[in-house]
Amino acid sequence: MNWLPLWLVCGLITFAIRYSFIALEGYYRPPGWFVRWLPFVPIAALTALTVPDLLLVAGKLSVGGDNPRWWAGLIAIAIAARWKNTLLTIAGGFAALGLLNFLR
Amino acid sequence: MTPRSAFLLGMRALLPMLLGVAPFGVIYGVVALQSGIPPLAAFLMSSLVFAGSAQFLLAQLVGAGAPALLSIGAVGLINLRHALYSASVAPMLHALPRRWKLLLAYLLTDEAYAAAIPHLLADPKSPTAHWLLFGAGFALWAGWQLSTLVGVLLGAQLPADLGLDFALPLTFIAIVVPLIDSRAKFVAALAAGAAAVLLASLPYKTGLFAAALAGLAAGAFLQRVEKR
Repeated sequence: MNWLPLWLVCGLITFAIRYSFIALEGYYRPPGWFVRWLPFVPIAALTALTVPDLLLVAGKLSVGGDNPRWWAGLIAIAIAARWKNTLLTIAGGFAALGLLNFLR
Repeated sequence: MTPRSAFLLGMRALLPMLLGVAPFGVIYGVVALQSGIPPLAAFLMSSLVFAGSAQFLLAQLVGAGAPALLSIGAVGLINLRHALYSASVAPMLHALPRRWKLLLAYLLTDEAYAAAIPHLLADPKSPTAHWLLFGAGFALWAGWQLSTLVGVLLGAQLPADLGLDFALPLTFIAIVVPLIDSRAKFVAALAAGAAAVLLASLPYKTGLFAAALAGLAAGAFLQRVEKR
């Protein structure tokens, strides 16, 4: 199999997506709705990335006792909201997960 | 902030994520070999494509003998969400020389963006913002290269599942929650999270992209309503 050209094309496409708006900046006038949507990108994109990790077990929605990651995640969210500290949130989340797994 | 301290701050912000990324990289290396990809090719994909979930998919598609065009389309779809990060950081990188823009675009992953964005938002006019993003991007890049190399060298042996991958959602939580400082942003998070779960079964992670758009629309809509 000739993998090098395939890797290169896939890499170029990935790069083009990441470069797209960085390259265009200054060369176009973004429409108003686009400018209003932009401040929500960090929250919307990163939340969309994270929530399925917490709520889905093997592709199925699970909020019961068989999904300790969801409960540990909720505890981490509470810690993050209260103390706004990255390491504390990670440590608290892992501690909660360990405890829940131990109690199970 | 000096370039050096900005670079180190970016690296430090990314560091906890490596806890989750490293096992993921090792598993990628093993899966790629099991798909029949030669070790050198498996390792080089990590620098040529440099996109975690897309690399998993590409390795599996190649292993299954999928046509090249399908693989290329799938990689494009899975990485579509990075266009949102590109749009988000573009205004902050506007004045940089092109070589910097090319470098930072190459390094613009979920993790690097997440690690850097709270700092970039806190000081969008910082003259060393690009060094911060570079520090975060480089830390992830180096960790990814190293962990995939370990996976390729380990070969058939999958690492024990220690649950370390949980470090990734936890770090994202630590980043996102403090950014929610208004009702509109809270609604954006709720809408994006709910949509991501509902659309999780869509192929090639297109549900992620659609869910992010739903969050953007919901947040912007509420903000407009509140302003009236």
